[in-house]
Amino acid sequence: MNKSSKILMGIAALLLLSLFATPLWRITLEAPQYPDGITMYIWVNKITGDTDYTLQNINILNHYVGMKYIEPDSIPELTYFPYIIIGMTIIGLLFSFIGNRKLVLTWVLTMVVLGVLGIYDFYLWEYDYGHNLDPNAPIKVPGMAYQPPVFGSKMLLNFNAISYPYWGGLFLGLSMVLATISFFISGKKKENQSPQNLALQV
Amino acid sequence: MKKILNIMIALMFVALWGCNGGGDSSKNGAMSNSKAAEKVYVAPGEYDEFYAFMSGGFSGQISVYGLPSGRMLKVIPVFSQDAEKGYGYNEETKPMLNTSYGFVPWDDAHHPELSQTNGVPDGRWIFINGNNTPRIARIDLTTFETTEIIEIPNSGGNHSSPFITENSEYVVAGTRFSVPFPQKDVAIDSYKENFKGSLTYIKADEPGNMDVAFQILVPGYDYDLAHSGKGKSHGWTFFTTYNSEESHTLKEVNASQNDKDFIAAVNWKKAEEYIAQGKAKEMPASYVHNFYDEQSHIATSTKKEGVKVLIPSECPGLIYYLPTPKSPHGVDVDPTGEYIVGNGKLSADLTVHSFDKMLQAIENESFEEEIDGIPVLKFEEVVVGTVQSGGLGPLHTEFDGNGNAYTTFFISSEVVKWKLGTWEVLDRAPCYYSVGHLMIPGGDSKKPWGKYLVALNKITKDRYLPTGPEMNHSAQLYDISGDKMELLLDFPTIGEPHYAQGIAADVVMKNSKKIYPIDENTHPHAIKKENQAKVVREGNVVRVYMTSIRSHFNPDNIEGIKVGDEVYFHLTNLEQDWDTPHGLSIMGARNAELLVMPGQTETLLWKPQREGIYPFYCTDFCSALHQEMQGYIRVSAEGSDVPIKWSLGED
Repeated sequence: MNKSSKILMGIAALLLLSLFATPLWRITLEAPQYPDGITMYIWVNKITGDTDYTLQNINILNHYVGMKYIEPDSIPELTYFPYIIIGMTIIGLLFSFIGNRKLVLTWVLTMVVLGVLGIYDFYLWEYDYGHNLDPNAPIKVPGMAYQPPVFGSKMLLNFNAISYPYWGGLFLGLSMVLATISFFISGKKKENQSPQNLALQV
Repeated sequence: MKKILNIMIALMFVALWGCNGGGDSSKNGAMSNSKAAEKVYVAPGEYDEFYAFMSGGFSGQISVYGLPSGRMLKVIPVFSQDAEKGYGYNEETKPMLNTSYGFVPWDDAHHPELSQTNGVPDGRWIFINGNNTPRIARIDLTTFETTEIIEIPNSGGNHSSPFITENSEYVVAGTRFSVPFPQKDVAIDSYKENFKGSLTYIKADEPGNMDVAFQILVPGYDYDLAHSGKGKSHGWTFFTTYNSEESHTLKEVNASQNDKDFIAAVNWKKAEEYIAQGKAKEMPASYVHNFYDEQSHIATSTKKEGVKVLIPSECPGLIYYLPTPKSPHGVDVDPTGEYIVGNGKLSADLTVHSFDKMLQAIENESFEEEIDGIPVLKFEEVVVGTVQSGGLGPLHTEFDGNGNAYTTFFISSEVVKWKLGTWEVLDRAPCYYSVGHLMIPGGDSKKPWGKYLVALNKITKDRYLPTGPEMNHSAQLYDISGDKMELLLDFPTIGEPHYAQGIAADVVMKNSKKIYPIDENTHPHAIKKENQAKVVREGNVVRVYMTSIRSHFNPDNIEGIKVGDEVYFHLTNLEQDWDTPHGLSIMGARNAELLVMPGQTETLLWKPQREGIYPFYCTDFCSALHQEMQGYIRVSAEGSDVPIKWSLGED
């Protein structure tokens, strides 16, 4: 691998650390009597809101329809995800140092698999919160579930729930793109392989 | 006597003239309706440009309005119990209304005054005087709650107050009614011998530390209004006086005899020097200082003894009298600090003194006489101009920052606009009816926002739909941005707004709190988690540690209460969302409700009188299940053995 592709791979690996500085995902609830909206941020290691009390306020609203309390302590992923991120950063830096294209490709593919699993996991949690409702809830609307979208917006009773990646999610994507580019440009001198198909997966 | 007759005739003439003039073409007095409507229209969801803080007068409170819409935003309880908010009823705020006489649940609130930095309203606090049982209160403008009240000793009525100094160093308190100083049992007709006035300076710049810095012992006149100097006159305060006749009966006649009364000019920087030199006398006084801590949410009342008193004859240069015609009411200092306007309320004209001329006269010792050690400056040596107004009964003047002044005339029921320096009258606008004070946002500061003027009228009569013999007072909003004053709007006000203060909304609104952070709550009976809810008996005192959160109280079933118990409900509102108060009321409680803000703890004392089951409920519509936010208390006979028990959600 040439120098610039090594550097790119190094940057890709280090970018993962940004997930400790900025959230992966943002879910905003909008309703007329909440002029500021209620915004929840999902990090790799915690769940926060636009105030210290956002989770409490969301939980108060959710309890009317029988949703479980969102308790970050009860979500094990928030404990072990940070290790995966740190691990992948170290491995990525190591691969960049070694400068082996196949290792870079392995790293990219692993990240893609982890990313897909992560989003699926996110979906499962949302599904669980949205469907696993207390049968004694004060407000029961037949056939209604309260699962927010993974990507996009959806009306949940009076709230419009809007869910999109936040800076951390974008940096995560960028990390994979940079690693893929690193893989490509390191292979320019040799031919063979058809990395285009791989790129499309990202 | 002849003068009084003249005034009576003038009054009658004005009344007749008013009857004829008021009834013709433009009954509402406003400019073209659609144009005026456009200027006061604040679209739904939009904000007003200014806050207006109106004194409540005999309501004892402050009401907050938006300008130009005239929409009422809030009533802030200050000196009177307010059942709506539980102020003065709940255990935490009862000490706010404590005085050296004990609990006084009412006062007559006259003059709000915003805190200032460099002579400009800074939006931190607003102060207001209680006239009846002399007091001054501080309201915190991050919460719009009264947080501090200090009683003024050796005063018979706190009228010329609070009128802050340029950097909020002091608020002042001149007594309207002179009384023996210190109080004693004397014959009323020994007035001239025994009655004295006091001018008090209260330290104001530190919340929680309002204190009587010093008092000045002055002749037994009536001290009416005041304003502190600004810019070049910073360091001075000007107080109007009437009853320089020192009469004690039929004052409407006997206190109106002298051709001139005085404006007292106090050099408070000099006073500080004399205090530092130890010139003050310690004199007996008993008064209280009440402070509401916004973290513990508890007010405490502290007794204080003794004051430092300065005697003018022993402190040369401390105070001078400026002769001013006809029982002046307002004394108003223009934005430059140079002109001191005396509003001689029994006269047609305004008298304007010059600060520079005053200093010169002092230096030249141009004194007419000396009264109790106070030099009286020669009138012609201090006066700089007279406004021949053509009106009658000037009360109060404010400024637009563009070289113009606006004066209210009570008797001729109008506002007159005139020019500083040339003293010519530029415009006049009728008021409906009999205007007292007026307010231009920042109009008594160095930097007025000279866009609107509010006239605070004393008489309402036919301006609104009738509401029986008693009706609200009326305020009127004028646009003063052009050459001519234009009446835009009438709106009713609460109590009697004697005076008001206005400030650009953005100065205040950016600091307005939405909640009290529960982590900062230091109330000794607060609980911060639902699972800490409990009921504890200590003898016949029962403490209920209760929480509220949408949409339940915890606990909501309580047993083991007995007739004769004193039950304290310590309700902590666990909410941390904007605008989610919860109320608490109990059937038969001889008290008001609690209204607890998010993160706050308040206490309701209930003494159950009869056995039975007592419902309690949330009084502030909090949520979709507000109607379900209720509970039961079982009250058993005195001496019964029903154990204390509490629960939530147990079937």
